[in-house]
Amino acid sequence: MSRLDKSAIVAGPGYSRWLIPPAALAVHLSIGQVYAFSVFKNSLVESFDTSLTAIGWVFSIAIVMLGLSAAVLGTWVERSGPRKAMLASALCWGLGFMVGSAGIATGQLWLLYLGYGVIGGIGLGIGYISPVSTLIKWFPDRPGLATGMAIMGFGGGALIASPLSNKLMAVYDPDFVSTEPGAVASASALASTFVTLGIVYTVFMLIGAALVRVPPGHGDDSTAEHSPGTNGALVRASKAIRTPQFWFLWVVLFCNVTAGIGILEQAAPMIQDFFREGGDSSVTAAAAGGFVGVLSLANMLGRFVWSSLSDRIGRKPTYVMYLGVGLVLYLLLALFGSSSTFVFVALAVVIISYYGGGFATVPAYLKDLFGTLEVGAIHGRLLTAWAAAGVAGPLIVNGILDTVGEPGNLVAADYRPALLTMVGVLAIGFVANLMIKPVSEDHFDHDAHAANEDRISTRKEAVR
Amino acid sequence: MSSHDTSDTTTTSPALVALAWALVGIPLAYGLWQTLVKASALFTG
Repeated sequence: MSRLDKSAIVAGPGYSRWLIPPAALAVHLSIGQVYAFSVFKNSLVESFDTSLTAIGWVFSIAIVMLGLSAAVLGTWVERSGPRKAMLASALCWGLGFMVGSAGIATGQLWLLYLGYGVIGGIGLGIGYISPVSTLIKWFPDRPGLATGMAIMGFGGGALIASPLSNKLMAVYDPDFVSTEPGAVASASALASTFVTLGIVYTVFMLIGAALVRVPPGHGDDSTAEHSPGTNGALVRASKAIRTPQFWFLWVVLFCNVTAGIGILEQAAPMIQDFFREGGDSSVTAAAAGGFVGVLSLANMLGRFVWSSLSDRIGRKPTYVMYLGVGLVLYLLLALFGSSSTFVFVALAVVIISYYGGGFATVPAYLKDLFGTLEVGAIHGRLLTAWAAAGVAGPLIVNGILDTVGEPGNLVAADYRPALLTMVGVLAIGFVANLMIKPVSEDHFDHDAHAANEDRISTRKEAVR
Repeated sequence: MSSHDTSDTTTTSPALVALAWALVGIPLAYGLWQTLVKASALFTG
């Protein structure tokens, strides 16, 4: 196993740091498939002869496992290094598809929960955080750009997986036509698609694991030179979670994700409902599907564009924009969204780009606050906010909408209470962001800090 | 700034860097194109 250890993957002199983002993307593009899980929903409901809710649990379990495994295994990922973590992620993600496939082939839904949900979900959590700390170490000058590229891949993964899965199902079941409403693929086609995806993703992720390196000097954490936070902070994960800064940032991420899910969850019926008069909507079902595609693009591009911008304007102002401007845009959407489809789409696009940007910028924010000592492990713990928002967001929106009717048969005014609730959620996040101050020296790891200072002065003297 | 050289001066073959980016760029471009086709329905549908 030694070839997988951090010490065995130290880059040689002159190794290009521009090989690290594609390595990270190979992982994130693969695990981003999870957001395209809905393409299997109709076929799975038919195959297992069960409810949409029962199938919906597969995705929910995977996302909860993502948050939990990132939190619990973050320190292991940090210590083991990116190659071992990427390998573990590839094996879990691939095995998840295989076990899920066995569940579909044998009609055992619990195997799909265990495979794709639990095992695959662990692969998601490990894979999501595996390249983050390494990217920040390779790009100390542009951490937002580096993590933005990788986390953009998570958004991009769904864009690839959705058409790819439809094509595979059509290959294995010639009667399946994905463009026909209510089309379902056979159980054997679904099982074969899962096996194919499992193999393809495992190979793709292993290529990423083979490419990845840690920067020279980072083979051993105890002797590596770390980039401190903005006030010289080097904080361990176990200490970071005891700081108010961590929990304010947790609230910031939670609020940003919750508000974004408010739109994403209901995007297609929502745009039709906003432009409904006398029972009929002026927006067709095809156009509503197009709107979902536009939002996917905004989600992906926002991750890269806004996170890169944060390197220039700073992390706190970037979140002031996500939450403050986002709040105003949400308000405009609630009050004037039904004035024209252009206004509705433009507002929703910017809001969703902020949702994506919030995910991509948070590792760099953590680096600024706590330094790079254990930034990957701290990031893993912070992702519990995502898992919590993944449950809370739909609960809030569906809970409010349930009191007025069913999405797809509503009008713009029916959405106002839910949207205004999200304005409140964003306001809480906005205040939490303003409360974030540099971490107190009491939380620094003083031994690591002193040793790091020594290494920096020794290097500077050597340069002279 | 860290001790290690994270600058853009490199001895890695540009072909390897291009290949690595193509490996992830081509599937991503496919996904983007498919999504753009789908998204165009918003303006034509």
